[in-house]
Amino acid sequence: MTTLFFIEHANGQVSDQSLKAISATSQIDGDVHGLIVGSDIDSVVAEASKIEGLSKLMHVDDDSFNNILAENLTQLILNISEDYEYFLAAATTTGKNVMPRLAAKLDVSQISEIIAIEGPDTFIRTIYAGNAIATVQTSDPKKVLTVRPTAFKSAAMGSSGCEITKINAENMPSISEFIGEELTKSDRPELTSAKTIISGGRGMQNGENFELLDKVAEKLGAAVGASRAAVDAGFVPNDYQVGQTGKVVAPELYIAVGISGAIQHLAGMKDSKVIVAINKDEEAPIFDVADYGLVADLFQVLPELEQAL
Amino acid sequence: MKILVPVKRVIDPYVNIRVKSDETGVETENVKMSMNPFCEIAVEEAIRLKEAGKAEEIIAVSIGNQSCQETIRTALAMGADRGIHVLTEEKIEPISIAKILSKICEQESPGLVISGKQAIDGDNNQTGQMLAALTDMPQGTFASKIEIDSDKVKVTREIDGGLQTVSLNMPAIITTDLRLNEPRYASLPNIMKAKKKPIDQKSPEDYSIDVTPRVNVLKVIEPPKREAGIKVENISELVEKLKNEAGVI
Repeated sequence: MTTLFFIEHANGQVSDQSLKAISATSQIDGDVHGLIVGSDIDSVVAEASKIEGLSKLMHVDDDSFNNILAENLTQLILNISEDYEYFLAAATTTGKNVMPRLAAKLDVSQISEIIAIEGPDTFIRTIYAGNAIATVQTSDPKKVLTVRPTAFKSAAMGSSGCEITKINAENMPSISEFIGEELTKSDRPELTSAKTIISGGRGMQNGENFELLDKVAEKLGAAVGASRAAVDAGFVPNDYQVGQTGKVVAPELYIAVGISGAIQHLAGMKDSKVIVAINKDEEAPIFDVADYGLVADLFQVLPELEQAL
Repeated sequence: MKILVPVKRVIDPYVNIRVKSDETGVETENVKMSMNPFCEIAVEEAIRLKEAGKAEEIIAVSIGNQSCQETIRTALAMGADRGIHVLTEEKIEPISIAKILSKICEQESPGLVISGKQAIDGDNNQTGQMLAALTDMPQGTFASKIEIDSDKVKVTREIDGGLQTVSLNMPAIITTDLRLNEPRYASLPNIMKAKKKPIDQKSPEDYSIDVTPRVNVLKVIEPPKREAGIKVENISELVEKLKNEAGVI
């Protein structure tokens, strides 16, 4: 049996999320082949070919794959699917967009965001936003999986590259078109991949006060998030939201400021390695999950925190 | 144009989840149920398109046990025109749901299917993409903006790190993300009116779909509990602990 792993890249580098997710393949028997797409990406292809565990890397060198459309990438993988039993990708917005489409084309189930591999057909994943952990076994002949990157360590890079072959994009469906992309221009990391996150809740009182968090985030190289209460109150846009209906994050350090710790919010951040809570209400449930709690007025201590870093 | 909106009944997002002690799943008996939040956004978007004169009819579909009728009624009370309830007691997987929906698409020929990007119980995030595959329609997943322009629909998608815009030939499948809209509450008169709107009852057999699960849930457990840590007195103690004890800054 052979595994196909879809490797993503951005800004001339293999994506961190792919590097982490691909290490899940070390727990599956058999060869691992990589697939990477895009034109003028020879240096990324060379880098990707060194990922430990890869025995072959297929590269589609085609302008139409500089921006990925689910319809086309699915067809591309389908074209070569006969040779593979496992199909994996990181659970990024691209992986989540493409892998279910591929699974349905192969008439199999897809298993989303696995956090561990128990056996050749048995996987562990979270459900209910991490409030329960399910072990599932599939009876499908082909396994299509997305892998939660935060659950795996980055794959090592070998000193020499594996075999690289070029494949062509054939039979592409022309039913969708890429129009444009507007990437958030920020020196800050993105919430789902940030190593440190500082989030504000209703206790921030208004949107302007989020600047206090921005200043601390600047010092820490952190992303800024928010609780649903802060989003509902209109302090910050919805894409800040950490929680069951927002983003699920698991950074090394999560600092919750003025957040009471509703179940909604906890579901989105309780897998963080270290949690700090700053809240003036010492009864706030956030303290039940915090490694370090500080009962204090956030308006007093946030500037102090910024100074101390 | 018709818009088809699949809606799912899930445990209310504000309810504390309890894992069953025999590790077979999550307790759903005597628990408050609601429409999946992402499905509410899908219903709302369909209604807005209808209000803007872009659509004539909204059909809400739910697949599951008898109680799913309530979820369809909620969609009808918000403003959907009629419902289809596919009754099954089986724990039905995304691939089977997508197959049933693809048959409904054959019969109803909607110009758009708008579904939630994921249900907050299984967290699968698959059904819309699978339906798109089975019907060979293009897909605009994780939508935060939808603009219909004659036979194409422009979808702005929430992707890691920003926004992406794609143009899809219609008919197309769209899955909703949080920022697309804020769903309305159904007014009392509309709740009353919804009781008179038709719901067609079907079964998976009517569509000749085998819904036997392919994925067997071996066990469901609670995640490891986090222990409350310590309280620090001030910022300097906090920073010292984070540096020297936790090693995270």
